[in-house]
Amino acid sequence: MSDSKTTITVWIFALTLLAGLLVLPQLLSYSQREIAVFLIINVLLVVSYRLMTLTGEWSLGHVVIMGVGAYASALFSKRLGVPVPLSMFLGASTAGLTAVVLSFPLFRMKGFYFLIGSFAAGEVIRLIWKYFTFPFGGAKGLNLIPSFPDIGWISFFDPVNYYYLCLIVVSVSLFILYRVERSRFGLTFHALHWQDKLAESVGVNTFRYRMLAFTLASFFAGLSGALYAHYIGTVNPTRFDVEEMVYVLIWAIVGGTATFYGPIVGVVALTIVNDVLLRALGFDTIRPMIYGAVLIASVLFMPDGLESIFPKLKRLMMGRKTEPATKSEAGEIP
Amino acid sequence: MTQPILEVCDLSRNFGGLLAVNQLSFSVIPGTIHGIIGPNGAGKTTTFNVISGFYAPSSGHVTYLGKDISGIRTDRLAEIGLIRTFQGTTLFNEFSVIDNVRLGCHVSAKSGFLSRLLGADRESEAVATKKAEDLLAFFNLSDLRDEEASNLPHGHQRALGMAVALAADPKILLLDEPFTGMNPEETARMMTLTRDIRDRGITVMLVEHDMQAVMGLCDMITVMNFGSLLTEGTPKEVRTNPGVIEAYLGSAHHAS
Ligand SMILES: Nc1ncnc2c1ncn2[C@@H]1O[C@H](COP(=O)(O)OP(=O)(O)OP(=O)(O)O)[C@@H](O)[C@H]1O
Ligand SMILES: [Mg+2]
Repeated sequence: MSDSKTTITVWIFALTLLAGLLVLPQLLSYSQREIAVFLIINVLLVVSYRLMTLTGEWSLGHVVIMGVGAYASALFSKRLGVPVPLSMFLGASTAGLTAVVLSFPLFRMKGFYFLIGSFAAGEVIRLIWKYFTFPFGGAKGLNLIPSFPDIGWISFFDPVNYYYLCLIVVSVSLFILYRVERSRFGLTFHALHWQDKLAESVGVNTFRYRMLAFTLASFFAGLSGALYAHYIGTVNPTRFDVEEMVYVLIWAIVGGTATFYGPIVGVVALTIVNDVLLRALGFDTIRPMIYGAVLIASVLFMPDGLESIFPKLKRLMMGRKTEPATKSEAGEIP
Repeated sequence: MTQPILEVCDLSRNFGGLLAVNQLSFSVIPGTIHGIIGPNGAGKTTTFNVISGFYAPSSGHVTYLGKDISGIRTDRLAEIGLIRTFQGTTLFNEFSVIDNVRLGCHVSAKSGFLSRLLGADRESEAVATKKAEDLLAFFNLSDLRDEEASNLPHGHQRALGMAVALAADPKILLLDEPFTGMNPEETARMMTLTRDIRDRGITVMLVEHDMQAVMGLCDMITVMNFGSLLTEGTPKEVRTNPGVIEAYLGSAHHAS
């Protein structure tokens, strides 16, 4: 019974959120609309990253994998003339396939060694981009990447329209990632994290499940890369360097990775702090410093991430009320 | 005579210079409770680790259901019904009690990626949940269904570990010291349950230091000392074997 009630709460919350997201670009300035596009893309990037962390392995190659999706989709459309929507899918698949291949060396390692191994693998991929002018364009990368084709009178040069496109693609992706986590796959990923020996002893092929998590995470990271590439029109190896990876880590850590929404809260909060507040004050060039400070502050004062304040808020609100009023419950964050 | 379900043949396993298991041979008759005893460090856990595929044998082989399984991966063996438990309490501590057992149903609850995504696995998941609930009832853990596993008292944790193993549909179940840290009352209850497990047709291998439990439960006992087979027989035969008494007294002497 209370289960169906929470389901209703979740739905009401989701619909409110969706309505808010739909009107959002109308309330923003042109440059803020661009930021909103990148934010939506980054949401997919960090949520896909979290899927990987469920198995207990933290990769430093996730942004490079995003780049694989970006490069592949750009190349499929630019050099082979594949229509952009299809090339995006192919780009994401290429990223997934890269993960399949990388699984073989990487999952011989665990923990710290995996972290370093994933970093090395990422650097190798970036070197390949830099070294091979054909087809990757070398250090300058690729430009004049075909943009998303117009649908009727809707042009995706307009950030508002691209925002809506990304919103649809990312919503569907998040839904899939959410379903995966809530299914037995999610349970198995968690099991690998906490007790892989026990999981093995009841028949879990630990390598296969690690590979599955890595591949899925990479597919959606690649998709976010493809969305990025066809919006901005140019990609280069520096865009996917380790500094960008550190931002992803900070979003995930500041938001918290225990819940599905934690990393989303992290990326949204930090984007607002950096790209909206600081930009307004003209401080946005010191982004690395701000991010560093926020990371240290959050590790010190909020080790469980921003996500941990929602249950606290909920408890606070419940505590204030002597009698839980059913009406106001709908408005609470689930 | 019946075909053995498990046969260990000249099995050895060494760690560097240390011979943890040395030329060990024995066979297990289906439908029995087969004990392995021996002083600390005799190589019992290592034997389990080799049989269950955690370690490859250094030499010799293991035959299960007539098939040579030496060196086959643990999860593959679990799929064909060879399941082991761990000496220390090993659980998914952060999971609820029911989720621990649900995870144990991994093999029987297999389903494709798309069907999981679309929720078409609902039926097989319902079956798994039902199976898990039945197992909790069997081990008297139903009241703790939604408790986090790490919050359980020790005895219940050990029982939960067995429930997870049983959820994997074993044909043969390797129990490594299942009764450690249990009070006599709990041990007695777990002994009854172990017999019930055997009576369901599951062969049980039991490593245990509680001699009363071992003697009370086992149909056949293999005694190990310093990695080798010391003797083998019914509880009665083993109890009166001078070599066994010597081994245990010797080690007790060592310890003091
Ligand atoms: N992974 C390992 N690496 C090195 N030595 C090991 C390893 N595992 C076991 N050993 C050694 O092998 C010998 C046998 O150990 P094992 O754990 O099999 O004994 P046991 O009979 O289970 O003892 P206990 O009754 O104390 O559980 C011991 O000397 C132990 O130190
Ligand atoms: Mg042992």
